[in-house]
Amino acid sequence: MIRFSKTAFYTLLALVIMNLYVMQGSLLAQDEHATEVSHEEHNETNSKFDAGKFIFDHIGDSYEWHIVTIGHDHISIPLPVILISKEKGLDIFLSSKFHHGHESYKGFTLLTEGENRGKIIETLEDGSQVFPLDFSITKNVFALLFSLTLILWIFISIANSYKKREGKAPKGLQSLLEPLILFIRDDVAKASIGEDKYERYTPFLLSLFFFIFFNNLLGLIPIFPGGANITGNIAVTLVLALFTFVITSFSGNKMYWAHMVNPPVPFWLKLPIPLMPIVEIIGLFTKPFVLMVRLFANIAAGHIIALGFFSLIFIFGQMHIAAGYGISILSISFTVFMSFLEILVAFIQAYVFVLLSALYFGMAMEEHH
Amino acid sequence: MGLVTPDYGLLFWMVLSFGIVIFILAKFAWKPILKSLKDREMSIENALESAKRAKVEMEELQAGNEKIIIEAKIERDRLIKEAKEVKEVIIKEAKDDASVEANKIVLLARKEIESEKSLAVNEIKSQVTQLSIDIAEKILMKELENKDSQQQYIKKLLKEINPN
Repeated sequence: MIRFSKTAFYTLLALVIMNLYVMQGSLLAQDEHATEVSHEEHNETNSKFDAGKFIFDHIGDSYEWHIVTIGHDHISIPLPVILISKEKGLDIFLSSKFHHGHESYKGFTLLTEGENRGKIIETLEDGSQVFPLDFSITKNVFALLFSLTLILWIFISIANSYKKREGKAPKGLQSLLEPLILFIRDDVAKASIGEDKYERYTPFLLSLFFFIFFNNLLGLIPIFPGGANITGNIAVTLVLALFTFVITSFSGNKMYWAHMVNPPVPFWLKLPIPLMPIVEIIGLFTKPFVLMVRLFANIAAGHIIALGFFSLIFIFGQMHIAAGYGISILSISFTVFMSFLEILVAFIQAYVFVLLSALYFGMAMEEHH
Repeated sequence: MGLVTPDYGLLFWMVLSFGIVIFILAKFAWKPILKSLKDREMSIENALESAKRAKVEMEELQAGNEKIIIEAKIERDRLIKEAKEVKEVIIKEAKDDASVEANKIVLLARKEIESEKSLAVNEIKSQVTQLSIDIAEKILMKELENKDSQQQYIKKLLKEINPN
């Protein structure tokens, strides 16, 4: 009992100290944000905190990687903008040319308001505005390339240590990741696809798992180079699901396609209206669609919840400064709790995505029912 | 809805980079990693298998050893038993032989004694005869020295016979 209360006391103490630090930061952040907003929206003088905008700015994409704002100085990494316009062709320049949206460059303007906020629009000579083809290395693309480089570096170095330490026990990074590799190989690939065919799919499943898992974890790190919301971006999860879909379709054997067109159900479900075939064919597309949405929604929701808790501090802080301080204790405690939960979610979502992909591959190659 | 509308720029980069990375990883990371994992599993399996085999062999060897020891013990016991039997037989034979020989010797000795005895008796007999003859001769000589008494004795003898 005494021991418990002692632990509880220290936990509380730690929480309070942490809160004090974070509160300082939060207040600073609130100020920063206020200035940012006032910079961005010239005609809006009062810096009213908009939680929705704050959250969507953070989980969305951007042409620069904002790191920190000290006073009125934004410290951010400008990223290359790559545009293909119909009139001028290819244009590559750094996003710093826009000066955070204050200036236009070569007729390109970064929109700071409206429905297409954050996009680049081109003003043609006749005054009309069109969107150029945008292949910019945005924050998400940069984070994507960064995480892919990290993954390549990690796994190629592990591969080298496997070659170097052939037949020996794993060591270092190798021993940290080996259980995961074995887990994916044995409990996902081998279990879902089958003993004789799993080897062809294991490299893809491993790449997929570690890509999702690493990016989920990187997304939880609040500072550069983490913090980008890659696996919570629908374009990324779309591509991942697309890969699974394409591989599933190419692995499908005769049985798979035959069941798609002529499923083994009573005839009145197929004639005169091909009810079941329609359901089966819709199912073909819902599978990857669900994969895409599940990962995107889970990770984006995690980011939104954490940001929502932080927004609470500012919302209450605007009412009264003490309310902001008060709510910060709650917010930080919940965010810490949520962060632990998100670490779990990071693994579970990666596992679920890979497991379902493997199951789809297995189903596509099933020989008999 | 910016959040649920996939951005084609990111889509493009994602397909390109993820595709390339999957290819590179598959070729330069997963292939060697999975291969060496498999090799290691195989070698561990082989090692376990050979250890098991060695154990079985060892047990067989031990069982063989025990069998050999038991056989040797049996052989030893048998040999000892045989030796004992042989010993007894030899002793018995020796005893038998000895008694037969002894009997023979005794018999021979008896015969010898017998013959010696008879010889001795015969000699004694002859000697006694000689002696008695000698004695008789001497007595006779002495007796016959006195002729008168002889004659008287003869007369007397005659007289005794004559009355008829």
